[in-house]
Amino acid sequence: MNFPILSSLILLPSIGALFLFFTKSDKKNNFTGKYVALFTSAVNFFLSIYLWILFDPTTSDFQFVEERIWIKDLINYKVGVDGISILFILLTTFITPLCIVSVNNSIKERLSEFLIAVLIMESFMIGVFCSLDLVIFYLFFEAGLIPMFLIIGIWGGARRVYSAFKFFLYTLLGSVLMLVAIITIYWLNGTTDVVELYNSGIDIKYQNLLWLAFFSSFAVKTPMWPVHTWLPDAHVEAPTAGSVLLAAILLKMAGYGFIRFSLGLFPAASEIFTPLIYTLSVIAIIFTSFIALMQEDMKKLIAYSSVAHMGYVTLGIFTIQQQGIEGSIIQMISHGLVSAALFLCVGVVYDRMHSRLINSYGGIVSIIPKYSILFMLFTLAALGLPGTSGFVGEFLILMGAFKDNFLVAVIASLGVIIGAAYMLWLYKRVVFGKLINTDLKQMFDLNRSELFILSCLAVPTLFFGFYPDPLINTIEVSISDLIDQYNFKLASKT
Amino acid sequence: MENLQLVLPEIFLSLSIMFLLILGVFKKNSSRLVQSLSLAVLIVTAVITFNETIGINETKLFNNSIIIDYLSSLMKIITLLAAFLVLIISSNYLKTFQIFKIEYPILILSSVLGMMVMINSNDLIVFYMGLELQSLALYVLATFNRDQIKSSEAGLKYFVLSALSSGLLLYGCSLIYGFTGSTNFNVIADQLNSNEYALTFGIVFILVGLAFKISAVPFHMWAPDVYEGSPTSVTLFFTMVPKIAALTVFIRFLYVPFLNLIDQWQMILIFLSIASMLFGAIAAIGQTNLKRLVAYSSIGHVGYALAGVAAGTNDGIQSSVIYITIYILMNLGLFSCLLMLKRDNNYYEKIDDLSGLSKNHPMLALSLLIILFSLAGIPPLAGFFAKFYVFKAVIEQSMYFLAIVGLLSTVVAAFYYLRLIKIMYFDEQKEKYDTDHGFWLKFSLTASTLLILIYFIFPSQLIEVVSRINII
Repeated sequence: MNFPILSSLILLPSIGALFLFFTKSDKKNNFTGKYVALFTSAVNFFLSIYLWILFDPTTSDFQFVEERIWIKDLINYKVGVDGISILFILLTTFITPLCIVSVNNSIKERLSEFLIAVLIMESFMIGVFCSLDLVIFYLFFEAGLIPMFLIIGIWGGARRVYSAFKFFLYTLLGSVLMLVAIITIYWLNGTTDVVELYNSGIDIKYQNLLWLAFFSSFAVKTPMWPVHTWLPDAHVEAPTAGSVLLAAILLKMAGYGFIRFSLGLFPAASEIFTPLIYTLSVIAIIFTSFIALMQEDMKKLIAYSSVAHMGYVTLGIFTIQQQGIEGSIIQMISHGLVSAALFLCVGVVYDRMHSRLINSYGGIVSIIPKYSILFMLFTLAALGLPGTSGFVGEFLILMGAFKDNFLVAVIASLGVIIGAAYMLWLYKRVVFGKLINTDLKQMFDLNRSELFILSCLAVPTLFFGFYPDPLINTIEVSISDLIDQYNFKLASKT
Repeated sequence: MENLQLVLPEIFLSLSIMFLLILGVFKKNSSRLVQSLSLAVLIVTAVITFNETIGINETKLFNNSIIIDYLSSLMKIITLLAAFLVLIISSNYLKTFQIFKIEYPILILSSVLGMMVMINSNDLIVFYMGLELQSLALYVLATFNRDQIKSSEAGLKYFVLSALSSGLLLYGCSLIYGFTGSTNFNVIADQLNSNEYALTFGIVFILVGLAFKISAVPFHMWAPDVYEGSPTSVTLFFTMVPKIAALTVFIRFLYVPFLNLIDQWQMILIFLSIASMLFGAIAAIGQTNLKRLVAYSSIGHVGYALAGVAAGTNDGIQSSVIYITIYILMNLGLFSCLLMLKRDNNYYEKIDDLSGLSKNHPMLALSLLIILFSLAGIPPLAGFFAKFYVFKAVIEQSMYFLAIVGLLSTVVAAFYYLRLIKIMYFDEQKEKYDTDHGFWLKFSLTASTLLILIYFIFPSQLIEVVSRINII
């Protein structure tokens, strides 16, 4: 395989951004600018589908590996995918074009700059998911802060400055410790190449501290309770497309990092810290679900529900069971689709009424029926109704958890009930009930592009809900090998 | 007979200074001519340095009081190029304030000569001579806009405090001379066996003097006032050029005579480094004047460069040379932006003057955005790599505390850089600024921004350049 498909995936959006940068942005060109962005991201999507077709799910080795000397004697540029990362790449390339379609309605000014930020973001995110060198990973991981900071800060709502700063500084603070850890790993093992580190293992003396350093970064990014507070702010103030990117893709970087690095590199430490993760995950599930129940702002409610859902993800990862980790990945993919859709749903009514408060709506089912149907579908998917992708993920995670720790699993299962409560209550208050606010009567139903985006998200949500096999087939071997490796390293104390 | 070819750059530079001085005195209205000739002199000196000395093995001249090696040649070339860029982008600024005089380029050349002597020095006396030559020229440069009270104040303040620190430094020199019987670095190194604690006193005094020159905390007090009061083009010079020479002397002074006393001075350097990083980051938060902010940010950056020196390895030295080089590049871009904030013959230097810059001047704002993120050390920009190399060197010596404090202070520092970005991008726009900037100003901004942006594509080149530095 000579064609550098992964590098193309990384570079293509940036090239599109560069192209946009050099086209003048008057009214008419904004239009073409949008099509340029859409075209690049669509090509990227098809390229990643092609990657998925070529991908061989029967092996856990890294595929499509490219390696080039980057900094001599220090770091090589190395990318590759296995079953774990390929789905995240697909998710990224799938969500980005939808984001670009959605800007029609929400972004009024500086459109081409917004598209540039989104495309560059896509480049970085794909880079995160396929880098096989810790420094390259860190580079992409951190670089994503820049476009996201600008997206929140320039195009955000009233408290955008506060939220943008909080987002940036929180995540930066978490990540610098990871940089220390990465350099320490280089010093210990003489390489930052992930594959070599998998083979050689890391000195058990240092594992705990290194694990904590990585954890500090991933916990903020996930986000885990109690460092989740940046997320509701960032979500609420970000423009719709920004929230979608944040929820659907950015949050997945940490989950991916936990699987790839925390489990892969530091098995002994992971074993020690599993109770910590369990505790924090369970608190996140229960506590933030209750917080979500009390929210008056729709976006904030969904943001808190994201924290709860990511709680399931971290719980599932650290069960170190086949089902648990599979469930976590499916949950992440599903959450990527569903939370993106929910934010878009909020965006739809926000664009019309300019309010995100729940009590300013009510009884809109008869005014905008198409919207209500789709919104219901995603609400149900978010609470994990069988037949939606949300169910598959949550079910597998809880199954894994029951195998590992009964008490944790029971509490986490209770969280599902609260989850159902806040989602259904949200839906009831927004869509059903009496039509009190008469302004709502002027609302029009979904336009073509909105319908298109939401349907695009609905199809995989339902499809993978009924038939998750394509996902599971892709990740199965990689995960079982990861677990074997994990147990082997644990047994041999390296 | 000594091999004079090796000091040809210094000889050429001093002869040129004298010639330009005479030319300027006898020929009326010759400031433009002197300016152009000075630029030519800087370039020619750099070329001579490159041709004559860059490939030379370590050579000592004049009773071992001057050393020519790769480090000194490299640092001289960086100094000369930096001075060239400062000189070439400052002419419009000087013209606006009607201080475009022959003295300006000549003073810059003299201070550069002083720095070259410092960089070459292998002897306390030579080092002190170079230091004073550059400092004297810098005092005058600080007051160059003498009709403005702030500028005069800056010069006077700088002079008084700097003279004090020179005194301390000289006292340290005399202590070392007293205990070792020599001022030559190599002889001192041989005499280290006894009197370790007495020598430590000398080292401390000299380090105080040097820390003052490089504006490391707690000897930084002069920097914000002087940076604010001096003409902007001089501030640019202050933030870039003297730091190169001072850093070289730091390296040379600590690693040649006193390498064996590393346990004694390493703690001092770690303290200087941590204090500078933290203080620079925290104190910059409250600033409202851009030049003061830059002063604090440069204090912080000096801290990172010193962290590399503190590591006590060749890797550390190389990383701090890389750091200072990238820092100079970023600073050049930053000041090019500052020099572009001009409207109706007025330069603006308040932070609020950046408000809404992205709407009026999108390209300028974008460049500044890239430079600021790079200064904050966010990948994939050049500033990240600078920090990465330094911390790699530091962690390899297991100095985790230094590394963690340093990286945490980058988070604090990120706050004030972000604040500038916020003002540019999120706030309401104000009046437009002039856009008729000189070619060189635009060039330096574009070039520095592009280099910062694409550094990650070719990171090996700079490493290869510095990897030949071999002190220990």
